[in-house]
Amino acid sequence: MGLKTFPGGVHPHDNKEFSKKSAIEKFPIPAKVVIPLSQHIGAPSKPIVKVGDIVKKGQKISEAGGFVSIPMHASISGKITKIAKFTHPTGTLQPAIEITGDGEDNSVDFTNDKNYMEISDDDMKKRISEAGVCGMGGAGFPTHVKLSPPKGKDIDTIILNGVECEPYLTADYRLMLEKAEDMIKGLKILMKIVNASKGIIGIEANKMDAIKSIKNLVKNETNISVTGLKLRYPQGAEKQLIFAATGRKVPNKGGLPMDVKVVVQNVGTAVAVYEAVHYQKPLIERIITITGKIVKKPKNLMAPIGTSYGELLEYCEGTSETIGKVISGGPMMGFAIPTLDTPMTKGSSGLVLFNKKEAKKMGEDTCLRCARCVDVCPMDLLPSLIAQSVRYDDYKFAEKYGVMDCIKCGSCAYVCPSNIKLIQWIDIGKLKVMEQRRAAK
Amino acid sequence: MSNVYAVSAAPHLKQKISVSSVMWQVVGAMVPALIAGIVFFGIQALLLTLYGVFAAVITEMLIQRWRGIPISVKDGSAVVTGILVSFNINSAAPWWIPVVGAVFAIAIGKQIFGGLGHNPFNPALLARAFLMASWPTLMTAGWLPTKFNSINGLANLPDNVPAIVTSATPLGVAKALRSATQIDPEMANVIMNKLANMDTILNLFWGNVGGVIGEVSAAALLIGAAYLAYKRIIEWRIPVSYIATVFILVFIFGGVNGLFSASLLLPIFHIFAGGLILGAFFMATDMVTSPVTKRGRIIFGIGCGVLTIVIRLVGGYPEGVSYSILLMNIAVPLIDRYTVPKPFGEVKK
Repeated sequence: MGLKTFPGGVHPHDNKEFSKKSAIEKFPIPAKVVIPLSQHIGAPSKPIVKVGDIVKKGQKISEAGGFVSIPMHASISGKITKIAKFTHPTGTLQPAIEITGDGEDNSVDFTNDKNYMEISDDDMKKRISEAGVCGMGGAGFPTHVKLSPPKGKDIDTIILNGVECEPYLTADYRLMLEKAEDMIKGLKILMKIVNASKGIIGIEANKMDAIKSIKNLVKNETNISVTGLKLRYPQGAEKQLIFAATGRKVPNKGGLPMDVKVVVQNVGTAVAVYEAVHYQKPLIERIITITGKIVKKPKNLMAPIGTSYGELLEYCEGTSETIGKVISGGPMMGFAIPTLDTPMTKGSSGLVLFNKKEAKKMGEDTCLRCARCVDVCPMDLLPSLIAQSVRYDDYKFAEKYGVMDCIKCGSCAYVCPSNIKLIQWIDIGKLKVMEQRRAAK
Repeated sequence: MSNVYAVSAAPHLKQKISVSSVMWQVVGAMVPALIAGIVFFGIQALLLTLYGVFAAVITEMLIQRWRGIPISVKDGSAVVTGILVSFNINSAAPWWIPVVGAVFAIAIGKQIFGGLGHNPFNPALLARAFLMASWPTLMTAGWLPTKFNSINGLANLPDNVPAIVTSATPLGVAKALRSATQIDPEMANVIMNKLANMDTILNLFWGNVGGVIGEVSAAALLIGAAYLAYKRIIEWRIPVSYIATVFILVFIFGGVNGLFSASLLLPIFHIFAGGLILGAFFMATDMVTSPVTKRGRIIFGIGCGVLTIVIRLVGGYPEGVSYSILLMNIAVPLIDRYTVPKPFGEVKK
């Protein structure tokens, strides 16, 4: 089988063996959930409940804050006990709604619309936005927005991102093994909405069994195919995936996938889309991988949004060694968070725990100009020179060297012999350039 | 409140690589060439190399101590410089030549600019240029034959060849051939055929000819280079573009009877003769003093190739590798600035 890929990238050990064999387990109803008002890119949602209200599972508790926004729903039944700032998986404090559960899985009734494929595209999109569906791969872009390209931008291909190139994580992998049928139904909905003639499911070569089984499932579909991809990080980055799967290059300097007639959605999002359109079921639970060398029983859990990481870890029987670092998401792009008392959100694909040794901090050495960072950059940027420009407050050059095109995959920092915190410098550069652009307006 | 954990920016994974692992691997990659030097020139080659290394390490320690900064000789970068300084020296040189060279390389070539990562010139090559200017006879004359062969490596020469041929390295012979006042054209053709000859090339490849310590065996150098390339410590663009440029230019301009008069073996002779293999794989690729952009590396390699051949065929010295790399070192900031790549993607209209 010819595997496809992209130029650049790195090859960290994938460490997926810890959790890849654990089938998805349903996490028991937690005593309490904390649902951040912002779990997505765009305006935060606005609460429509108040402290003391009794809510059912699946009941809407906050309204979308604009078009590029999504509503939130109660993921357990119970009572609203707090609306305040809580630790967010990005490591910051952000407003959230706390629900203390009643222990009874008291749910709103979901419909079962057997003719869901017959409804209009707009109705489908409405069901998706009402269900609060956003990208579940990490960034969390509202799904209905991606499905509403401006006039004149035709979409001919939907790509489902089943690459899961982040080391350690296996949530998407398990989903593709256990929920592939729903995922394909979701793909068909997505294709219908944007009138795409082709659906591609991109999967990395370390998930051969998923590639095989899904190929088998779609063997009678004329317009859906599976593309096997080389094991290479960041294969799952949107632009790199589009290039590998279709040969098309998304324009640089702010281009979007729709500029090359493509919409990319995470495989988990496809399942959420299916459930939203067929059952009008809101996105209130997701699969999350709890893993790491020190986790006693690494698992893939189907857990309500808002469950605290600490509880999830406890369910996996905790750790065998002292925790050195807690990572929300994957180890390449995820956030190190200060406390396990943090809720999982719609974008939480994993919780990775490191011991003290794995979390060891190292100082920066001088740049040797070895250009390993340049050679692995999947965006063809000059990471070392960006970092140097930012260090000396020279943002004009940081821009010239590509700071705004950086996708922050971390490949550069991964290979740097001098251990330069390239992504940190690039982050500062991005903020400063934005600041200067705003000031110039 | 539960435990509070330390946070840090992503990525949280790191390849096992550090400045010192890079430098010590470069040291390791030069060991085969050092062994070849010892085999062909005797124990003197090892001693001269050790003098260079000790002088480099001690100079670096003293200057870092004087500057009040952490002493970093353990990272191996001074060892690399010391070895490279000695590799550029004739095995007949006195002990103090590598010592003076290494002190100059570290003090003036490297530390004066701020130390590792900041020097614009390859320190070892700067030291070689300094030694060449200061003690030209010690550096460019008095070549020793190898243990098994003559200095120029040529067999069965006519009896009446001038001394300038017998006492010269193969590149020195090639240089002499281009000057009609020193050798008559008929003799020049005879000798040229001996240079552009498979036997000579094989001698050069294995190292059985006169020259400086480190350049002697192309085979040994290539073993080390292959290791560095495999570990992605050196990258193909500079050596390949450098060597390809030399090949093409010698093919076009290398013959003594005008354009395209050279046998195809002559470009190959020029690749394995002198310091090209050492220069292309171990010195032009010096990460600190070569471009970071991919296109820049190719321009850099081509520039080195052009200058090398201009010096070898037209200039005053038989060999031009070290000066060509030094000259291209100056151009690196400019090359980097004008070869900034376009970010991945179609250019937006």
